[in-house]
Amino acid sequence: MQTKKISPWILTLRSGLVGGAVAILISLVGMVAAFSERFIVSGWFTMGQVLFLAPILLFSYTAVRRIAPQPSWITLLGGALTGLVSGALLAVLAFLIHAAPGIRDMFDKASFQLLEVLTFDLGVPNGLPGLLLISIVIGCLAGGEYLLPERLRRAFITGLVIVFLIGLLRDLIMTVVNQWVDKAKSFPDWATWSAPILTFIQNFFRRQIFAASGLKPLSAIVLFALISGLNYWRSGKPKQVRKPVAGDPRARTRLILRLSGWGLVLLLLPLVLGIFFAEILDNVGLYIMMGLGLNIVVGFAGLLDLGYVAFYAIGAYTMGVLTSPELGFFNLTYWEALPFALGASFLAGVLLGLPVLKMRGDYLAIVTLGFGEIVRLLALSDWLRPWLGGTQGIQRIAQPQLGGLVLNTQVELYYLFLVGIAIVAFVAWRLKDSRLGRSWMALREDEDVARAMGINHVTTKLLAFATGAIFSGLAGTIFAAKLQSVYPHSMNFLVSINVLSLIIIGGMGSIPGVFVGALALIAAPDLLREFAEYRYLVYGAVLVAMMLTRPEGLWPEERRKLELHEVEEVIEETAEEKFAPLAGTTD
Amino acid sequence: MNKKFFTILALLVLASMILAACAPAAPATTEAPPAGTEAPPAEDPCAADAIGCVDIAPGDPVHIAYGLVIAGPNESLGIDSRNGVEIAIDDVGGEILGHPIQFDGQDTGCNAETGQAAGTALAADPTIVAVIGTSCSSEARVALPLLKDAGFVVVSPSNTAPDLTEPGSENNHVPAYARTAHNDNLQGTAAAEFVFNELGFTKAATIHDGSLYADQLRQVFERRFIDLGGEIVAQEAVSLGQTDMSANLTAIAAGEPQVIYFPIFMPEGGFIIRQAKQTPGLENVQLIGADGLFSPEVIEGAGEDVEGFLVSSPALAGDAYTQFLEKYEAKFGTGPISIFHAHAYDAFMIIKNAIEKVAVQEEDGTLRIPRQALRDAVHNTENYQGLIGTLTCNETLELAGTVVKNPGDCGAAGVGVWQYHFGDFEIFTNPEVFWAPGD
Amino acid sequence: MLRNWRQRITLTDIVVWGIGVSIGIVIVVGTITTLISEKYSAATWLDLTVKGLALGGVYALIAMGYTLVYGILRMINFAHSEVFMSGPFTAVFLANAFSRSGFLDRQPVISMVLVTLLSMAVSMTIAVLLERIAYRPLRTAPRLVPLITAIGASFFLQYTFRGLYGSGFEAYPIPKVLQGSFVIGSIRIFSTQIVVILGAIAMMVTLYAIVQWTKIGKSMRAVSEDKEVAALMGIDVDRTIALTFALGGISAGAAGILYALLFPVVNFFMGFIPGLKAFTAAVLGGIGNVAGAFLGAIVIGLIESVGPNLFFDGLGIPTPAQMKDAIAFAILVFILIFRPTGILGERLAEAKA
Repeated sequence: MQTKKISPWILTLRSGLVGGAVAILISLVGMVAAFSERFIVSGWFTMGQVLFLAPILLFSYTAVRRIAPQPSWITLLGGALTGLVSGALLAVLAFLIHAAPGIRDMFDKASFQLLEVLTFDLGVPNGLPGLLLISIVIGCLAGGEYLLPERLRRAFITGLVIVFLIGLLRDLIMTVVNQWVDKAKSFPDWATWSAPILTFIQNFFRRQIFAASGLKPLSAIVLFALISGLNYWRSGKPKQVRKPVAGDPRARTRLILRLSGWGLVLLLLPLVLGIFFAEILDNVGLYIMMGLGLNIVVGFAGLLDLGYVAFYAIGAYTMGVLTSPELGFFNLTYWEALPFALGASFLAGVLLGLPVLKMRGDYLAIVTLGFGEIVRLLALSDWLRPWLGGTQGIQRIAQPQLGGLVLNTQVELYYLFLVGIAIVAFVAWRLKDSRLGRSWMALREDEDVARAMGINHVTTKLLAFATGAIFSGLAGTIFAAKLQSVYPHSMNFLVSINVLSLIIIGGMGSIPGVFVGALALIAAPDLLREFAEYRYLVYGAVLVAMMLTRPEGLWPEERRKLELHEVEEVIEETAEEKFAPLAGTTD
Repeated sequence: MNKKFFTILALLVLASMILAACAPAAPATTEAPPAGTEAPPAEDPCAADAIGCVDIAPGDPVHIAYGLVIAGPNESLGIDSRNGVEIAIDDVGGEILGHPIQFDGQDTGCNAETGQAAGTALAADPTIVAVIGTSCSSEARVALPLLKDAGFVVVSPSNTAPDLTEPGSENNHVPAYARTAHNDNLQGTAAAEFVFNELGFTKAATIHDGSLYADQLRQVFERRFIDLGGEIVAQEAVSLGQTDMSANLTAIAAGEPQVIYFPIFMPEGGFIIRQAKQTPGLENVQLIGADGLFSPEVIEGAGEDVEGFLVSSPALAGDAYTQFLEKYEAKFGTGPISIFHAHAYDAFMIIKNAIEKVAVQEEDGTLRIPRQALRDAVHNTENYQGLIGTLTCNETLELAGTVVKNPGDCGAAGVGVWQYHFGDFEIFTNPEVFWAPGD
Repeated sequence: MLRNWRQRITLTDIVVWGIGVSIGIVIVVGTITTLISEKYSAATWLDLTVKGLALGGVYALIAMGYTLVYGILRMINFAHSEVFMSGPFTAVFLANAFSRSGFLDRQPVISMVLVTLLSMAVSMTIAVLLERIAYRPLRTAPRLVPLITAIGASFFLQYTFRGLYGSGFEAYPIPKVLQGSFVIGSIRIFSTQIVVILGAIAMMVTLYAIVQWTKIGKSMRAVSEDKEVAALMGIDVDRTIALTFALGGISAGAAGILYALLFPVVNFFMGFIPGLKAFTAAVLGGIGNVAGAFLGAIVIGLIESVGPNLFFDGLGIPTPAQMKDAIAFAILVFILIFRPTGILGERLAEAKA
């Protein structure tokens, strides 16, 4: 490894250029303008502004970290310089938008609206210098942040992030509050004394804390002070090391209480949040189910399956073909058709697995992708239309019935999802530590050695595919029942990518990771609708970023983490050994 | 101490959640009448209304939402309709019965999945009185049940699939639904008659793209064409996103048709136009599309080969329409970019008239609109003089043995044929009206 | 010997062979019935063949990029299809800008050349940046990681272009000089098709020459043989890899422009399916093998063009064109079952212990 000594000024310059380029990209792609209506702190700054100021902050911080250790004034200056360079690039962009119609024609997002956001609504003559000034300030801030002692810095960042999130999620919070208060207004009579309290709470939220969009400035400051203060105070207290004593009855009761508390929250969630969020929860549930399945294929067994949507489609279509009176072949109910749908998915998993047994990782990915596309094309074709409905899909699919109750609202289906996920998660959890699970992991690590150890790679791999397929098929059947129809257009490659992204980001092979990933990737675009257009852009960027920095995901599986950082540790160790004698010499 | 604090907090949260969940769900729309108002002597329209009322406090806006295709390759369709509504809002002064109009909505994407997402988002907002949408029939199929359950009245400016108003059809949600666009039974029949009678062709081929609209439209066309005595020599289908049409076109060429009818969208339509000229045997075949191919993108996508390309689309005329075009140009800086702007204008007007008819003004300024009555009022619109003609929403009409208008179809515009030339897109010049019904 | 064979064969092999053989039978039966029915004239088949050759030429250029990168890094560059897409996209906007300012009309040849060169430069830059940012840090990581990075990068690029240029479809301006056609015998050949075929051949020859006969090519082959030893021999591995990506990028950019001549509409998603087919072509011809990529691509192009009508029409399958993409994937599976090393055989180093 070459370690050339680079002048700190060049480092800051480079970081500034890169930061500026990233900010320009974010602006030109339209994210800045799209989010410019959403205030984080009302009257002060919008999410759009955060989006182009954040890269400046980030890269200033990176620059400052790279040039360390330096005396404080150089740190601050370095940060300011980076900020200046990034800001200058942005200012150039703003100027070009203002002056050069060619740019506006070429990039349709380089509009006057973007110009307004970039210049903070001050117009060009005042806005450009203003932009530069703010960039310098932010750069300084980054430098200052680096200089802060650890506790203060952490408190500062935590406060900032949480206030930011609250401002961003204002709509969500207000809806929940409104829902509660509305429900509360129809309380039984003996609780009417609570009504004025609740109305007060509602108004407090609506008027004092939040403005029409985003937080009120005063409340933002107060919240920031509160949260960072709390964080600072808590981080100062010595950590109590409480060793879990095995078999401790109190620990177990605590665990049970905690679990049942969570269980109760989960059960009540859709009722409290309303139909819109129930829909989001359903979506999240769907992807969790599929994620758990793909987690087994990719995470446990290390087989990169890009055609996962095929099993989803097969499950949904089998349910459709068997239950829809439109096609009229069989008129089964949901529960009767379910085992067939799962069986069909199982068969498909086996059939896919057979040709790809011997294939290497990359080829496997492409072939499975091809398989997914083939299934979609078959479902869409005119040739199979008499059996599969062609491009019109299948309508009037039966919905699950429990006695007299038909499960067809978002809330009811949520419970079905909950049950399904519980079953699937349980199976996955048990499989992980079972003999089959260990065979999968052995195959993942090194196939030749695993085979030499006597693991039958054929059955193991096929079982991996088949289990993943069954989970996906189950999700497909619930999806079909929810929409009461299946369309071939919704069985496309993007679904596979969605599922893959969420398990990667959550943590390959880690079951809680699937939940985290699903919440992050599926709930977020639904909650912030402007985000929906840039969804895959962010997915792609996050995937790359995660693979570069933290490939084991957000909630990693322990073994994976060790595995992935093993090489780095070895390099670090050897580097330490090699350079130890040189320690103390100056470069 | 911290743990205790958080435990108590958590318990409180749980308790309130339980209480909230167990409380009977309050219907979002009805409220007890404000104390101090006399109950109107006549029967309370809100109590009598099957769905309930939406109450608009003084100063609050009347929320009319849209569910249109405003992004993606067919965005001109929805943007054009939205523009039409915005002109209508301007024309009525931006308010209905003294309340300002709030006009916003969701992108429906011209496919079932985004249609469902948009429908759910709209359905979750109880302040919405009416929805102008959807753009594409495939979205309507999925979104309408959601919007209907939410109590809204939906008027579409550009849905044309016959299924949506066919009596007895699964997808028929009239009277919660109405549309000012024509029924494709009319378009397909008119197109077939034009081809057979006006152009004198007897051998035709069709191409569809799998969407509900295209599939049903070409079926109507084929049926009428065969009834007239023509022959369908080839039926092909393209997939969305397909760029290489040579396989389809070669198969069609083998049947030696005189005309190809392909009621699809862009960009596939553009590829067909270009590649037909490159397929041996099809260089001189007449190409005809439908209203999905009425947009500037067609000229861009097909280049010089667009010369002579025909589309069946609503034929619009009249002084009121010409004035509308001027307003459009003045407000948006360009001419209309699709063909359903006037339909959207009329859709809005129908809704506004219906609101004015059934709304009840309370003494304190609250406006109460009974939802079911609103639907019925829209449905019973008769002889309304709109931009596209005289609109009546509850009649049945037949043409040449096919029912071309069902209750729910308000449309009045006939379907004509337009011709493209290579040049800039400007409605009435390029494309220009080639044949109007009644010629 | 028979006993030996019987011992080694397993149930899975039989099933897999069964799948392969049934695909083969379907193809043969379909072909025969179609040809017997004489629905299409010879001229039609010739016309389809020409179209297939042109398409194959485009795929060849993309496939060469895949094969070079796989040879050197042993990984599939998923984002290559986006490099392919960036070429015509840039070209469209540059050409539109030129035509708006009148430059295109005044100096058609110069402006077209400029547009082509600039677009290829952009593709090359994107490819090199991709390598530098996303792949270089992960050279030592387990196989799954760079693969996922590639997928993420692919999506990132796609949607960046979507954000930059919109999700609509832009028309690609074909210069007047290329809008004619020639009649040869009973078929019509279009100038664009000739340009595409000639362009593909020219680029292939150039790339082959570079890889086989220049010093850079030698270092590329050396690095793909054994990275560590090449480094010991004084070859700058990083630079060589960057150069490989650059070559692949130029090739893909050119492919994109040629593709846009055939199908003159660009869209941010246009790279996905051609990219997959080009990869199939690279595998078909033998991955790591430049001449193999070309051959495989021609075969894929021909099969895709002629196939739907030839194979499926006779079997009475309506609208066979819908299955066009499926044919390419089926070929992939077919090849990987029967001859995983491709037609011309792989040119990869042996797996080192």
